[in-house]
Amino acid sequence: MERDKNFILGVYDDEDVLLEAITKVRTSGVKIHEVYSPFPVHGIDDVLGYKRSRLPIAAFLFGMLGTILALIMQFYMMKIDWPMIIGGKDYAAFPAFIPVTFELTVLLAAFGMVGVFMISSNLKPWGQPRIFDIRITDDKHVLAVDLATNASIGEKNIADLLKDSGATEVNKKSFE
Amino acid sequence: MAHGTTNFNLDQKFDFTAALKKSIITVLVIGAVILAIGIITNMMGGGHDHAEEAGGHAYHWYQRLFANLWINNVYFTGIAIIGVFFFALQYAAQAGWSTGILRIPLSFGNWLPIAAVLMIATFFLVSHDIFHWTHSYLFDKDSPQYDKLIDGKGAFFFWPLAKGSFPIFFIARMVIFFGFWVFFFNKLKSLAFDEDLNGGTQYWKKMRTWSALFIIFFAVSSSISAWDWVMSIDTHWFSTMFGWYVFASWFVAGLSAITLVVVFLREKGYLEMVNENHVHDLGKFVFAFSIFWTYIWFSQFLLIYYANIPEETVYFVERMQSDVYSPFVFVNLVLNFFLPFFVLMTRDAKRHAIFLKVVCSLIILGHWFDFFLMVQPGTLGHNGGFGLMEVGMLLVYGSSFAFVVLSALAKKPLIAKNHPLLEESYHHHI
Repeated sequence: MERDKNFILGVYDDEDVLLEAITKVRTSGVKIHEVYSPFPVHGIDDVLGYKRSRLPIAAFLFGMLGTILALIMQFYMMKIDWPMIIGGKDYAAFPAFIPVTFELTVLLAAFGMVGVFMISSNLKPWGQPRIFDIRITDDKHVLAVDLATNASIGEKNIADLLKDSGATEVNKKSFE
Repeated sequence: MAHGTTNFNLDQKFDFTAALKKSIITVLVIGAVILAIGIITNMMGGGHDHAEEAGGHAYHWYQRLFANLWINNVYFTGIAIIGVFFFALQYAAQAGWSTGILRIPLSFGNWLPIAAVLMIATFFLVSHDIFHWTHSYLFDKDSPQYDKLIDGKGAFFFWPLAKGSFPIFFIARMVIFFGFWVFFFNKLKSLAFDEDLNGGTQYWKKMRTWSALFIIFFAVSSSISAWDWVMSIDTHWFSTMFGWYVFASWFVAGLSAITLVVVFLREKGYLEMVNENHVHDLGKFVFAFSIFWTYIWFSQFLLIYYANIPEETVYFVERMQSDVYSPFVFVNLVLNFFLPFFVLMTRDAKRHAIFLKVVCSLIILGHWFDFFLMVQPGTLGHNGGFGLMEVGMLLVYGSSFAFVVLSALAKKPLIAKNHPLLEESYHHHI
């Protein structure tokens, strides 16, 4: 069976049930593909065993890029391209560059972080987000299990496990 | 509830052991000895004499002692009042996360009565040597040393008496500020400990009201005390940002001190219900307000640098172009901005005691340098500097402050056990 195509979905009404279900499913050896919820669920990263996000590293690197670009830009403009004496200062009056440098650092860190987040979570404009169940935008939590990665356990066992863990319904979903 | 605050010993008190007392007193004695050696070397002519530059007065060794007294009076008063301010802030904001650590900032307030006595006594001891404006000839139009600018500001110190006589308005402000600070501290303290005995939410509600009143009073008094106690040293110069600047410096130093005490108590096995999430939030406070201090410092600097008006730039010329003080301007910025900014940036650094211990200790030293740079150039000029006297006096004040705070912590329970938000604090998770 091909990976990332056929899924079995547990639909949950309540986030507390969901959190316990995730632990139960994981301890029984089933690998969870993803959990979708209409709002952020506190502590879900821990029970899913996710490592800490590396987004802050991206933010730092984009911030540094902003700092460097801002300094180069101002230095080029003020010292090389069009030197002007302002208030009797040097052409390259470093203290006066700091507000602009700060702003560009913040701007690039923020934009870079949003961009990286969009791309890494498949929300990019050219991406095709897959909707597992339209109700995850309203009031249902969905726990998706990839059938191919858990082939050894068997579809029926997984469905039973999800039902036992408190899922209100268990559905199948396939993508082309 | 299986996981709740009831699992902990909520009546636990800090045990201020004889060994700890001894080591703090040892530091105090070492500080006193260093101070004494510093005084002796200075008396033997360690300071070079630049009579003309020091404003027409000959330099005496005791001026440096007075400047040091004043630096530490202002600095430790600030840390103490920030303790009360932080405590009041938690009530005014109805914050729940901090409930487990509330007793630590509260205990800082016990330094305030001592600080009040020290500050007023020191003012009378040092007046002419620290505060140029106390000289009566500045206000005498017939005197060759008549100073029109200071004469214009005279009423702020001497009203309603004649300018150049007794600075009654200045003294009255000092007494009123300390009086109200101590009053608010005692009020909050007694409500907090009554809550321990009787329980119920009415204490929490009363403390919210008193905290809000204190914060309103503190907003005005912290700013005016900064003008009075620090900015009036450079009498001709003024900055509209100075109140914020001193407050920011006090606040970061106070937050670092709170964090250090919390980390220290946790290592000794106290405050069991306080976990790395609370420490993380304290770390965030230190990180954020270090940047806030830098923002204020830089805003003040940039406006003066860019406008380039001589009567304003003199403040930075005296510091940045002085062979005595220019290195400390950079020490100040490195310790108070670059160090906390880069070290405390990551989440892990804010959650682990070792980083916080190093950074918070260096920040407390760094903000001492900040006050050193505010006081010494205007009082001592070329005769100042960072030497044995400075180290000794800082150790004496620091260990006395630690002694007062730890004795206060030993007297009452470390956890506000009847605080309505205690359970919320226990479940704090970030």
